Amino acid sequence: MVFSEGKIMREIQTDLITESVARLCIEGNYYLGEDVLTALRRFREAETSPVGREVLDQILENAEIARNEQMPLCQDCGLAVVFLELGQDAHITGGDLNEAIAEGVRQGYQDGYLRKSMVDPPFSSRINTKDNTPPVIHTTIVPGDRLKIIVAPKGGGSENMSQIGMLKPADGPQGVIDFVVESVRRAGANPCPPIIVGVGIGGSAEKTMWLAKHSLLREVGQPSPDPEVSEMEAEILERVNRIGIGPQGFGGLTTALAVHVETFPCHIASMPVAVNIQCHSARHKEVLL
Amino acid sequence: MKLTTPLTDNTIEQLHAGDKVSITGTIYVGRDAAHKRLVAALEAGEPLPFDPTGQIIYYMGPAPAKPGDPIGSAGPTTSYRMDPYTPTMLEAGLKGMIGKGNRSMPVREAMKKYKAVYLAATGGAGALIAKSIKRATVIAYDDLGAEALRRLEVEDFPAIVVNDIYGGDAYEDGLKQFNRE
Repeated sequence: MVFSEGKIMREIQTDLITESVARLCIEGNYYLGEDVLTALRRFREAETSPVGREVLDQILENAEIARNEQMPLCQDCGLAVVFLELGQDAHITGGDLNEAIAEGVRQGYQDGYLRKSMVDPPFSSRINTKDNTPPVIHTTIVPGDRLKIIVAPKGGGSENMSQIGMLKPADGPQGVIDFVVESVRRAGANPCPPIIVGVGIGGSAEKTMWLAKHSLLREVGQPSPDPEVSEMEAEILERVNRIGIGPQGFGGLTTALAVHVETFPCHIASMPVAVNIQCHSARHKEVLL
Repeated sequence: MKLTTPLTDNTIEQLHAGDKVSITGTIYVGRDAAHKRLVAALEAGEPLPFDPTGQIIYYMGPAPAKPGDPIGSAGPTTSYRMDPYTPTMLEAGLKGMIGKGNRSMPVREAMKKYKAVYLAATGGAGALIAKSIKRATVIAYDDLGAEALRRLEVEDFPAIVVNDIYGGDAYEDGLKQFNRE
């Protein structure tokens, strides 16, 4: 027990963190979220391309097989991206927090028969680390004494389609929209459409990509609470679905299920925009400790 | 259309962009790291771990098999990363490739020249696709883990022709039909 200004700090054991991360890795890979399934069904009804409908049916059937047979939705079980929201009044005990998370990834990917996709060094011999570590961990310190862990396995095919643009302030909202639409067009069939388009606007180069990735954690299609931003999300979605890429790129009305935008203030000289594309296997699971 | 491997020129000539096919027989599995080694072997004049003549390569790296299953989740990976190696593989006799996503112009030209087709399976439907895989064996490059070279026995494996030998491209056709900009 630790005392700080006379208060008893709440303790969170690293063992519990490891166990939670392992479970979230497995659940994330086996069970597609109800929000994604609902969006897929809704777009399936509206899709006019016969091959597009067939692809959406296969994706829905795949989710059912994965759930029933307890196997990963996709063979690409992803790079383990972990978002932590750590309460400033919580005290982590029992060891190294980041190592506890890595151990959870190690156990989850082993016990869940998940594919290990990490290689190192990235630019030369690229030897598989054999346990899908290290994870990429983003920690935010927040008020309170709890720890929220979000595990978001991210596939390589969609991640490879990420784009960042350091636009000019004069480019305005239209510049942002055009940049996102062109990024989706360039990605074409590669990121496994239907996709969810994560967009970051503002901040710095690295902050804007963080925003784009973070926006993908939102429930699919839930609009931004900021009306100006939600209007832009709707406009981008409309534009993206006019391209005609369609499910798996074979043509159709369903290229994206949703566009999520997050913003942050930025420098007077800048207007950074990032696009982080999520495939239809939009996996993320969370726990609050 | 039902396809059985190995593929002949006669079969390839009958395939057109957008055709649905169902494949039965032996196919081979290799992705980025395996292609690097296969092409290095070809360039060094060394024998390959399998004879590619008339064969199909599936760009895929499976999830581990659970006890009693032949394979884990097994959907296609994005194909353009294999583009730098593909003309050499086609020259060596390869007749088909299964993946997802667009191919480069040099690859599409090489498909015409050597008479080969590019097929797509549904990306992210790895659990569904695994149902059509009856047997899986690692035949080389075991050290690559998920990227090892494999031989599969498949039954009614579902795919769509993206690029045929006539210059057809199912992605371009789809865009033309559905673009509303």
